Amino acid sequence: MKNINTDEQYFYPFEANEPMAIATEALNVYYHDEYHAINDTSLQFKQNQITALIGASGSGKSTYLRSLNRMNDEVAKVTGTIDYHGVDINQPDIDVYEVRRRIGMVFQQPNPFAKSIYDNITFALKRRGITKKAALDEIVETSLKQAAVWDQLKDKLHQSALALSGGQQQRLCIARALAVKPEILLMDEPTSALDPVSTAQLEQTMKQLREQYTIIIVTHNMQQAARVSDYTVFFNAGQVVEYNKTNKIFTRPKIQLTDDYLSGNFG
Amino acid sequence: MIDNQRKNKIALMMIHFITLVVVLILALLLIDIFSRGLPYVNWHFLTGASKPFQAGGGIGMQLFNSFYLLILTMIISFPIALGAAIYLNQYAKQNWVTSVLRTSIEILSSLPSVVVGLFGFLLFVIQFGYGFSIISGALTLTVFNLPLLTRSIEDSLAGVDKAQLQGGLGLGLSKFETIIHIVVPAALPNIISGVILSAGRIFGEAAALIYTAGQSAPQLDFTDWNPFNAASPLNPMRPAETLAVHIWKINSEGIMPDVTQQSAGAAAVLLLAILLFNFLARFIGRRLFMKMTSAKAK
Repeated sequence: MKNINTDEQYFYPFEANEPMAIATEALNVYYHDEYHAINDTSLQFKQNQITALIGASGSGKSTYLRSLNRMNDEVAKVTGTIDYHGVDINQPDIDVYEVRRRIGMVFQQPNPFAKSIYDNITFALKRRGITKKAALDEIVETSLKQAAVWDQLKDKLHQSALALSGGQQQRLCIARALAVKPEILLMDEPTSALDPVSTAQLEQTMKQLREQYTIIIVTHNMQQAARVSDYTVFFNAGQVVEYNKTNKIFTRPKIQLTDDYLSGNFG
Repeated sequence: MIDNQRKNKIALMMIHFITLVVVLILALLLIDIFSRGLPYVNWHFLTGASKPFQAGGGIGMQLFNSFYLLILTMIISFPIALGAAIYLNQYAKQNWVTSVLRTSIEILSSLPSVVVGLFGFLLFVIQFGYGFSIISGALTLTVFNLPLLTRSIEDSLAGVDKAQLQGGLGLGLSKFETIIHIVVPAALPNIISGVILSAGRIFGEAAALIYTAGQSAPQLDFTDWNPFNAASPLNPMRPAETLAVHIWKINSEGIMPDVTQQSAGAAAVLLLAILLFNFLARFIGRRLFMKMTSAKAK
């Protein structure tokens, strides 16, 4: 058994003038007041880049991701600051609904609502008071185009979303998230329920989305992280071990533990 | 190995046999009641007023009362049950308060209906002074119906994938918005099935109504729909013997010459209505589900 030094960490040194979409400072997450799922994590995410969070199951990467748009509010205690445009959105008086609109989320399992394709996208907009049909039509079209699924779905917008294939459902969920015009897109293992072809297509879409959105993606597929992301964060036991440019972390990791994980020696 | 296969075969045969017994009992019951009752069922019987001392009465008032009472009970109990189910399924934390709540609901659901009827008599009829009336009956049936309806709606909500709620929250919708507009509609097919099934129970209930909705069915004036008039069918303060109570009553103290035919006919109609509720529950639930998911019929 190798002696693993868990204190060793490496953080990519961003320049002070590089534009950041979101950053956390000393973020801690506790489940049931006792289990310490995320330990003092300070990370910043660069604008219009894809950052992948990797690590073994239970390493805390999903927990960390879900804290960023306050989706952990009801299940865990989150302390520390989340800096979004100079505002700490981890404060109790922050409008979490607005936070989640600006920081959208795509989930592990495609979860379209039991409604038509059109209604899936327009539902949140209508609840926010956008009711003009022309405006809604346009948003439906643009967001489906951004999710690269417009051509397949344009003729059946009023059919049930549940009848679509898994890949199409996941794209619809991305379109649905994009429709409320977020700035950041959090993706929690978005391809884990998809077949290889759909996965490859979705990765292609992510690269296109990067031009307009900042994407943070949790994946347990290391090849996927290597293929799509610009930066990679490696989590282990609730702590960041290494945060580096993707091409560096996969070729010459700075930390021994990262090397072990990436070469399959554990995890 | 052989031994295991034989055991399996015998077990399977036993299960088939037991199932067959259940189906046979139901079939015999249906055949018996229908063959005795249906010959007397005609339009006059279904719409006419009952005659306590002469032959040739009908069950028109009782039939109407049963439906009216059912609708009133549903109007009162459905919103309460839906609210309770949403609370229990989505908001209640796992603590002793919730556990007391659940236990109370379970106990309430296992109370004998005659006891619920006596409770309704003391509270609504006597204490509140509503007398033997439809409203007393509807409130009593609400007590009787709430626990099971709550349970069935809660189960329907629990059947909706948690990811649906997450999806709504992830779009910046509030939890309540998401529950009302996403989770409840997704559970609707099962909720409707549950409501219709409980409607069948309410429709056939007699013991809880004897002391609350009363045992008399005054002649109604079906041209007068003002609920404040005494003879109006909609008046909630009038006594209203339902079909199930009527069957109980003429069987225990009926003195009309054709009492046997009257009770057999009424029983057949009651059973027919309840069967109809059951089929409707399945049919509507399945259709709604198909419509919402565009799934093919199985």
